[in-house]
Amino acid sequence: MAHLGVRSDAVAITVNGDSRDIPAGSTITSLLTSLELDPRLVVVERNREILRDRDSYGHIELTGGDTIEIVHFVGGG
Amino acid sequence: MATATQPTLDTSFIVGEREFQSRLMVGTGKYPSNAVMVQAIEASGAEVVTVAVRRVDLDRTKDAGVLHHLDPARYFLLANTAGCYSADDAVRYARLARAAGFNEWVKLEVIGDQESLLPDTAGLLDATRVLAADGFKVMAYTNDDLITALRLEDAGAVAVMPLASPIGSGLGLLNPFAIRTIKHRLSVPVIVDAGVGTASDACITMEQGVDGILMNTGIAAAGDPVRMAVAMRLAVEAGRLAHLAGRMPRREIAVPSSPIAGMLG
Repeated sequence: MAHLGVRSDAVAITVNGDSRDIPAGSTITSLLTSLELDPRLVVVERNREILRDRDSYGHIELTGGDTIEIVHFVGGG
Repeated sequence: MATATQPTLDTSFIVGEREFQSRLMVGTGKYPSNAVMVQAIEASGAEVVTVAVRRVDLDRTKDAGVLHHLDPARYFLLANTAGCYSADDAVRYARLARAAGFNEWVKLEVIGDQESLLPDTAGLLDATRVLAADGFKVMAYTNDDLITALRLEDAGAVAVMPLASPIGSGLGLLNPFAIRTIKHRLSVPVIVDAGVGTASDACITMEQGVDGILMNTGIAAAGDPVRMAVAMRLAVEAGRLAHLAGRMPRREIAVPSSPIAGMLG
């Protein structure tokens, strides 16, 4: 309850299946930065739409309820 | 040790208008360590390496991605859709992989059964049509059924990849006749994928006349993956050359190699 003031500036999104609060106004770029992920090594899908243009990441603002998937290449056959 | 086949002895190996030097393609899964994986892949001489698309594990170490270990400028990354059980899922994974920005190729898998990992051929055909229309170069992992292989070619696959035996089984080439039949009937390259367990399996598979082999567990799960990678490279080359050379006819009777005439009286 003590964090109500902070929470009012946060929005809840789902990232890779887990709910996560992020600061309002966050972009894809700021999300990746907060997760310490290199944008060149991941692919981001927002609400089932693949964000193919990495240059756009800094302009795409996340909104409450967004479902984000962040994938990368792992070993496989 | 420069044992590579002299280029003039083999014919060119072209898939989807792209020429490759090595007929051996390798996976990147199940290695005991990333260091061993890197060494084994290098030793295999493969240019094409397959990778899988998975969620980034946000709680785990950040070097889990295979690109932290393999230079994408050096290898041709072939993303797979392993783990997909429907055409829709496979298409989604293929598009995610393409968005990584390396190429528009995909090793398409639509699996029909968790226990056997055998392909869902109806789903595979659907996904091949969708992806080919979307500009993908589809290499379709399938069973050793000729009719499915023909339909995959019609659907726009740039290569058809029949199994030697089930994924990860190491049982070798179970039906050489079926593989030869597919190779004889298709115009696109036939690359055997899955089931090759050791070098002799690879050699026998290439002797059927197929264009290449993709393997993962046969190298990764060997006692010494780096040695096995070299063995597989040599076996693929040996099998290829034996096929091109044409084997001697089989005879059910001995025929002497040395002259009968000129024996001492």
